[in-house]
Amino acid sequence: MKSETGAPPVLVRGAAALAGGILFGLGLCVSRMVRPEIVLDFLHLRDLGLLLVLGGATGVSLVVFQLAPRALKAPLLGGRFEPHPGRLGAETVVGAAIFGAGWGLCGVCPGPALAGLGAGLWPLGWAVLGLAAGAWLHGLYASRR
Amino acid sequence: MPTLLPLFPRGWAHYLGGGALIGAGVSLIYVSTGAAAGTSSFFSASWSWASGLPFFRQARWREERVWRLLYAAGLIAGALLWRLETGTSLATSVAPWRLLVGGLLAGFGTRLSGGCTAGHGICGIASLKRESFVAVPVFLLTAVLVAHLLP
Repeated sequence: MKSETGAPPVLVRGAAALAGGILFGLGLCVSRMVRPEIVLDFLHLRDLGLLLVLGGATGVSLVVFQLAPRALKAPLLGGRFEPHPGRLGAETVVGAAIFGAGWGLCGVCPGPALAGLGAGLWPLGWAVLGLAAGAWLHGLYASRR
Repeated sequence: MPTLLPLFPRGWAHYLGGGALIGAGVSLIYVSTGAAAGTSSFFSASWSWASGLPFFRQARWREERVWRLLYAAGLIAGALLWRLETGTSLATSVAPWRLLVGGLLAGFGTRLSGGCTAGHGICGIASLKRESFVAVPVFLLTAVLVAHLLP
């Protein structure tokens, strides 16, 4: 059963996201990126492993993201390959710098913050709270423009 | 590769292998649903359950919030499975205030920029998005700089 737009039903989409999230969470643990210390060691240029993680993940994704829309008419569960609403502006750069400052301060970005809870890294709950608060502040800022 | 040892004192295979798993997860979601699965949008999408701010009341968040919630649940479940299967326990000694303040800055910044390490770094580059080729070097360099400036 598909919706009028051809997009897969909410729970079917959710099941795919759950499965993809499980693989993502496993990868973050196998590569130890859930530990802030490993990320901070990269940022101090003592262990460049993070570049291999990013390179491995992006390499696999690059092939799939480039080939899938050419090989398939539509995503396997329906809908369409998202032409992401991308825009390049001052906010892209300023936001990336603020994100980088926070990442450099704590060694945690959104994926590892969530996966860390599953890995038993309880202090990462603080990072999850911070990320949620930061996203709310952005919503406040974006609502008032 | 003895000459590379100082760059990767903990080895390299688990980094590449873990990265490939992450890429497989993101790719699975893209091939099956067409969505570029960054992770930080989960936080904005989830505020649409609770907040009345106009930004969070956009149709976009209502449409995405269920699968993004399940995506976040998957991240936690994957890590939990790994912990139970391998019996590995990890710990961190990074101070709570750093995690909270760092998380706050990272959360605001990633939403302003339109992506984090996954959204810009993996999905954005894989989609050859112009803004991601700008954002990734900016956040990498800022993070390296901030880490070096702090004790």
